[in-house]
Amino acid sequence: MFAYAFRRLLYSLPVLVFGSFLLFWSVRTTFDPLTKLRTIRDPEVIIRETQRLGLDQGIPVQYWRWLSGFVTGDWGVSSRTSGSVRPMIESALSVTLELLLWGLLFAVVLAVILGVWSAVRQYSISDYALTGVSYVGLALPAFWFGLILIQVLAVWPQQLFGWDEPLFFFIGLTSAGEEPTFIDTARHLVLPVLTLTVGLVATWSRFARASMLDALSSDYVRTARAKGVPRRQVVINHALRNSWGPLVTVVSIDAALLVGGLLVTEQVFSIPGMGRLFLDSLLAGDAFVLLPWMLIIGIAVIVLNLVADIAYGLLDPRVRV
Amino acid sequence: MIEINAVAKSPSNGRSKFLQRFIRHRLALLGGLVLLVLFVACFGAPIFAPFPKNQQDLLLGPLPPSLEHLLGTDDLGRDYFTEILYAGQISLLLALSVALVSTAIGVLVGVLAGYKGGWVDNVFMRITDLFLVVPAIALLALALQGLGHSPFSIVVVLSLLGWTYIARVVRGQVLSLREREFIDAARVIGAKDRHIIWTHVLPNLGGVIAVNVALAVASAIIVESTLSFLGFGVQPPETSWGNMLSQASGLIGTSKVYLLYFPGLFILIAVLAVNFVGDGLRDALDPRSGSGNSQGRKHR
Repeated sequence: MFAYAFRRLLYSLPVLVFGSFLLFWSVRTTFDPLTKLRTIRDPEVIIRETQRLGLDQGIPVQYWRWLSGFVTGDWGVSSRTSGSVRPMIESALSVTLELLLWGLLFAVVLAVILGVWSAVRQYSISDYALTGVSYVGLALPAFWFGLILIQVLAVWPQQLFGWDEPLFFFIGLTSAGEEPTFIDTARHLVLPVLTLTVGLVATWSRFARASMLDALSSDYVRTARAKGVPRRQVVINHALRNSWGPLVTVVSIDAALLVGGLLVTEQVFSIPGMGRLFLDSLLAGDAFVLLPWMLIIGIAVIVLNLVADIAYGLLDPRVRV
Repeated sequence: MIEINAVAKSPSNGRSKFLQRFIRHRLALLGGLVLLVLFVACFGAPIFAPFPKNQQDLLLGPLPPSLEHLLGTDDLGRDYFTEILYAGQISLLLALSVALVSTAIGVLVGVLAGYKGGWVDNVFMRITDLFLVVPAIALLALALQGLGHSPFSIVVVLSLLGWTYIARVVRGQVLSLREREFIDAARVIGAKDRHIIWTHVLPNLGGVIAVNVALAVASAIIVESTLSFLGFGVQPPETSWGNMLSQASGLIGTSKVYLLYFPGLFILIAVLAVNFVGDGLRDALDPRSGSGNSQGRKHR
């Protein structure tokens, strides 16, 4: 199993290098890193900067210089803020990770609960109701869902009861000028996490349901029931334990999707994470941020896939070789 | 004990299975009907819309929904229902074009990769690997920022980045079709590859393709609206449901928040309807696929 995971890692390295080269090429030909300087109209400055950044060389040479800089920790300077790129990405990443981890936890737990509930009560009214809800969850544009959540869960109650501040905050992840407490953070996290996970919960709960139904109709479950093991115990100890595998795979496949969700969620809730950083840099044509951003995200997705592979092996001893 | 259990369970089980299939097909029917109404209303907007397009009445200003203005009016006093119908033209047209073009590309690549195998297949698999690593929305935004935001470039970019899913599905189908006897038979009597692909392989892919077009329309509607919301999609003065939402997103907490509800509802209804049709098609073509939910989740 570890050999398999390692092989996958080896496979993904060339994909990553090739992908980042394509990206570098397209970003370099699309955006002018000297946009700001062009307004100075001093040809001397332009020529000097062009030579300093090596822009007069071929794309492959530039790519190599950039990549070796990236690997050794020199990520360049943002043309938008004139600040160093690395601390920008690090601070954005730490914000995003907090949102991502809570979102992932919430989505997986809720999806499993809903999936098991539906599967145990197959073809009941609550099963149909959950199916209906998941259809809607899949058809919702996430950003619209987030905006509606703000209106319904934050603005309305505040207006209705005349509170000084809303129950759930919808700007950023911390209150300005205050020491972050657990309650405060939770009040900031509720709406973004719901927005980030609505589509994922909808799909993952369907997978959890299908995979539970599979397990519930298997021989070992029937045997356990025949021996007189209580139903609850069969569902949790026998069926659920064996249906984790497919779910873990789906979760890892959706990792890239999750990043897309981050873009939208962070935009709606003004969270200064990776998503916002990407959008701001893109609108400013800031190639020095976009390139490491893409590479970091690519690596993150690959690592997540790897973790999922290993988790699969830990959860399901049958695939361990 | 097991048999008794099975016997006792079977009638209710059979009935609810039938019920489920029945409901699903009713839903597909309903979805098709809703889509038809949406299309007719949007593209027949010059006839059906209660007011002319873009008719402003600054003295009227923003009004909540009423009998005269079903969905209210916006800041410029334009009838919001009329505006939504016209915006739907662009949203639906974009989604449909993206679905058709990306499916065409995907089928072409999938058939070639599956039928030819070898290095063609290898190159193709590596490309789709690449697409799995990079988040689609980010890539789309990047490409649109580079190529401009005209509806044409939106279709091109969304299609060029959206074909991998159907290509994978088609490739899988072709791989199994290739081993079937009728393909062997055709080859034995000396049919050329081109002939085999056109007359024996493609007709057998009809179902898969139809289902995918439906699901691709659904995901394209959502992706287009998301991109427009982020500022990389359809640009004003042209309107789509997505950029109407984007313009209304600042109205939270004000009395004009009703402007935020309706474009989103139209997106939701359109996507639901398309997904129902897609699921109905899949069930009709392959009853064994059973209790799956719609898989229109390539992007987002």
